[in-house]
Amino acid sequence: MIKQYETVFIATPVLSDAQMKEAVAKYVNLIKDNGGEVVYEEDWGLKQLAYPIQHKTSGFYYLIEFKADPQFVATLETQYHRDERIIRYITVTLDKNAVAYAEKRRANKAAAKEAAKAEAPVEAPAAEVEPEVKED
Amino acid sequence: MAQTTEQNGEIRYLNPPAVEVRKKKYCRFKKAGIKYVDYKDPEFLKKFLNEQGKILPRRITGTSLKFQRKVAQAIKRARSLALLPYVTDLLK
Repeated sequence: MIKQYETVFIATPVLSDAQMKEAVAKYVNLIKDNGGEVVYEEDWGLKQLAYPIQHKTSGFYYLIEFKADPQFVATLETQYHRDERIIRYITVTLDKNAVAYAEKRRANKAAAKEAAKAEAPVEAPAAEVEPEVKED
Repeated sequence: MAQTTEQNGEIRYLNPPAVEVRKKKYCRFKKAGIKYVDYKDPEFLKKFLNEQGKILPRRITGTSLKFQRKVAQAIKRARSLALLPYVTDLLK
C-alpha cells in the first residue's frame, strides 16, 4: 500500500551550500531507492528557530513530499536520527484534505513566483505579490 | 435621579441604556470552508495563541470542536519544528 507523506527536516546552520545539497540528495535518493516517489521538494533556506535546539538559533529547513510504503517511514526516521547534520525532523501522513491543500499551496507558490518574475523587471520585487491566502 | 423622566406613562432615558449586543461566535474554518490546518504556517496559527504562546480555548476563538483538535495538533507540530515557541513572553 502506498501512502502520501510529507517530511520536514532542519539541518545545522554550519553546513555549506554543497553539504546541504548533499544531505538533501541523500534523503531524496533514500526515498527513491526504497520504491518511493518524490512528489515535491521545497527549500525554505536558513530560518531563525523559535527556541534554541542544541545551542543553535537557526537552521536550514527542507520540505519533501513523497509517496511510499508505510514501512519506509521508520527507515527514513532512523536515518534522520543517525545523521548528525539533522537537528529536528517530522514526518506526517497526508490525508485527502491535506493532499488537496498541498496541491493548492504548490499552485499558489508557483503563481507567486510567476508574478514576482513578471513584476520584477518593472517594479520592486515581491512588493505586489500577495501573501499566501489561507482563507479561501 | 435626573436620568429618567416620565412622559405618557413611558419611561424614557436621557442616556440610552447600554444594552450589550454580543456578536455570535462562529467557527472560522466552517465558515471559510477550510478543511486542513497547516502546521507549516506559523503566522496563521498565531491567531489561536495568546501572548505567552498558549493555545486559546474554544470559548474565546469560537472554533468548533473538530477544528480545535486539528488546530491544537498543528500548533504542536509547529512547536516541535521550532516554527512556534513552546513558552515565550510577548508573542506578536
